[in-house]
Amino acid sequence: MRARSQRLWLIATAGVLLAGATALALTALQDSVAYFYAPSELVAKDAHKEGTRVRVGGLVEAGSIERREGAEVRFKITDGANAVPVTFSQLLPDLFEEGQGVVAEGRLDPSGLLVAERVLARHDENYMPKEVYDALRKAAPANGESPAGYGAASGAGG
Amino acid sequence: MIAEIGHLLAFLAFASALSQVWFGFTGGGETVKRAAVGTFALTVAAFLLLIVGFVTLDFSMELVAKHSHSAKPLLYRISGAWGNHEGSMLMWCVIMAGYGGVAALTMRADALKERALGVQGALTAASMAYLLFASSPFARLDPAPLDGSGLNPLLQDPALAAHPPFLYLGYVGFSFVFSLAAAGLMLGVIDRDWAKRTRPWALAAWSALTVGIAIGSIWAYYELGWGGWWFWDPVENASFMPWLVGAALVHSLIVTHKRGGMAAWTVFLAVLAFLLSLLGAFLVRSGVLTSVHAFAVDPQRGMLLLSGLAVAGGVAFGLYAWRAPLLKSGEPFDPVSREGALIFNNLCLAVAAGSVMFGTLLPLAAQIWGLTISVGEPWFEFALGPMLGALFLILPMAQGSTWARTEPAPILKRLIVAAVLAVGAGVLAFVLYRQSPWLAPGLAVGVWLVAGVVTDVARRVGPGGISRLFKLSSAVWGMTIAHLGLGVFVIGAVGEHAGRFEQTFVAEPGDEFTFRGMQFRFEGAKAAEGPNYTADQATIEWIRDGGVVTLRPERRLYPASGTPTTEVAIRKTIAGDVYVALGDPIRDRPGAWSMRVSHHPMIDWVFGGALLIAVGGFVSLFSLRRRATREASETETGDRAQQGSPGAAAETPLGQSAGQAGGQPATREVST
Repeated sequence: MRARSQRLWLIATAGVLLAGATALALTALQDSVAYFYAPSELVAKDAHKEGTRVRVGGLVEAGSIERREGAEVRFKITDGANAVPVTFSQLLPDLFEEGQGVVAEGRLDPSGLLVAERVLARHDENYMPKEVYDALRKAAPANGESPAGYGAASGAGG
Repeated sequence: MIAEIGHLLAFLAFASALSQVWFGFTGGGETVKRAAVGTFALTVAAFLLLIVGFVTLDFSMELVAKHSHSAKPLLYRISGAWGNHEGSMLMWCVIMAGYGGVAALTMRADALKERALGVQGALTAASMAYLLFASSPFARLDPAPLDGSGLNPLLQDPALAAHPPFLYLGYVGFSFVFSLAAAGLMLGVIDRDWAKRTRPWALAAWSALTVGIAIGSIWAYYELGWGGWWFWDPVENASFMPWLVGAALVHSLIVTHKRGGMAAWTVFLAVLAFLLSLLGAFLVRSGVLTSVHAFAVDPQRGMLLLSGLAVAGGVAFGLYAWRAPLLKSGEPFDPVSREGALIFNNLCLAVAAGSVMFGTLLPLAAQIWGLTISVGEPWFEFALGPMLGALFLILPMAQGSTWARTEPAPILKRLIVAAVLAVGAGVLAFVLYRQSPWLAPGLAVGVWLVAGVVTDVARRVGPGGISRLFKLSSAVWGMTIAHLGLGVFVIGAVGEHAGRFEQTFVAEPGDEFTFRGMQFRFEGAKAAEGPNYTADQATIEWIRDGGVVTLRPERRLYPASGTPTTEVAIRKTIAGDVYVALGDPIRDRPGAWSMRVSHHPMIDWVFGGALLIAVGGFVSLFSLRRRATREASETETGDRAQQGSPGAAAETPLGQSAGQAGGQPATREVST
């Protein structure tokens, strides 16, 4: 008797917790997950709906960095074929430079401008976000040559 | 010569670890002890030689040339030895052998010790093989370069010199818990004595892991320049999963130790904690996930680590499936009891660990379907917050509960004051700051934790007053400190999260700007020079009633590696940190810079709370050690008889006679 009721309690509690966790996980997935696109995918597929969360990765287009009023910075992310305009109003990461790999996360406005909430650049001189590497490779398969510097990296213990 | 001797010592350590396996499994007794100590000594010697190579700047060693530089200060020359893949793997081996060596010297001699040292030897040998054949730190470079290429400047920081050793003491510490679990399963001795002997190791590893994670978080806060202290980055999650499982383990071990219950579950957690540590190593070093933590990205190493994980997991779970059904159940209990509460704790922590794993690995799984997604902060907060909140609600009640059966009414009555305080804090937060959804419930839970723990201490002290406070056992103190730390952390985390405010400004020299009612003046930026870097140093005056506070954030450039970094300026106040990061010079406007000012209220509560949790863990560890020495004089059999023969109770079908007769009145705590 005792052992069985003990087990029943255990299974019931575990079941409720698991169901709760699953429900939470799936509900949260609906609007807090960002899909990653290379600029060409975003343009070609017309994959975005206005206001959905996206991440766009590629290189900062040469000559596209433009300072606006206040702290606003505009630039374009390119994969060689297409480019997506981005606006960002916070501090850019240390290694943000023209021609360097970058990932911007945010929402698209009606005109197709990406209003970024986060901009990630390379972590150090050797490292490029994997997503950027993949995006560049997808955009330029004929090129054959791998984007500079991906591979060997010195890194943070952690 | 240094590199060759180091390499040789590492090979000898590998051989010694193999002999440790042999003697551990053939009943070597004294010999296995000597082998374990020998493995430890040899790995330490090899590691010291590597450090000597780094300190003396032996650029003919490939690792030194890649990760050091003549202009680097001494501390970072030393820490450079483990600030890279190969060196940190050697440190991993040292710590793994170290747990074996310390266990060899301190554990009571018997079959469990021998076998556990044997398993530990196997894990050490596997790690050494990986080190020697896939990532040797002693490789030579010919011709030797004149100077090295420098340690990543982000790592040139005292916190990051200390972060990896503590983290590894935690991660790798779970290896010995794993060894004890595997040995216990092989010998069929997963019982109260096993739990008693495993507890200190689990506590040591888990507390060290807590310190390691806290230091890493503090470092990220001031060094990365983003002002955040937790990013739900895959690498952070990789350390958080074993932490959650370790937290579940240190609690379930109590049940197994005191009541003989949950043995199968406890041993499962003991295995899982180390496997998750290995998973973490794989995630960090294989580059399969996008992370701000860049480590040597090498698919071959990734495959090796994954195979290691698969072998260790396969063997351990095979053993578990074979042996666990034979484990005895402990003494029966009511759902409302200390056992019940600790089981609830374990379920919540395990499910939380599962959620973290789901969120961390989902991007990887999505790639199979050609989707690249990222799962960030909002997801983790939503998925974990309620789960952990439920756990924290139970905690103060659990502290007041008794083994086997608890009358809930007196506990709840005592906690009325705590509940009123918690609800009051929540309502106040809701009225004053409505914009943050987490603040009100989070603050209520945090206050509930702190007030609940204080209530529990007051009950234990009783009417005797303050003087009795010092007579509480160190075990009670350990629990109290850790749980108080948790409350402080929760209050700090939701407070910082809700109150964090940041704004980016562009200013020319002499410009003034206002941030949240605070007046700042940008005085301009000028060139400055450090030992191995050049910098632009800005001067920003914070004009307060009492005078002027000068803040000097920097942008540094380390020429050895060509890497720029941000050095923030932080001013601590009672209301929290004022944090200034310097951005970029503005083209076309000479002298103008962009900068970000932010305010982080209660940030010290976050780190202080986390460190208190670790202190609590170490105090508990100390109390176990003390008890162990005290009990050393008593004979083991006497100890068991005294506890009311759990073995006999378990062998009878549950709950017939043992449940009612044994236990309850005897073990029930005196509650007033």
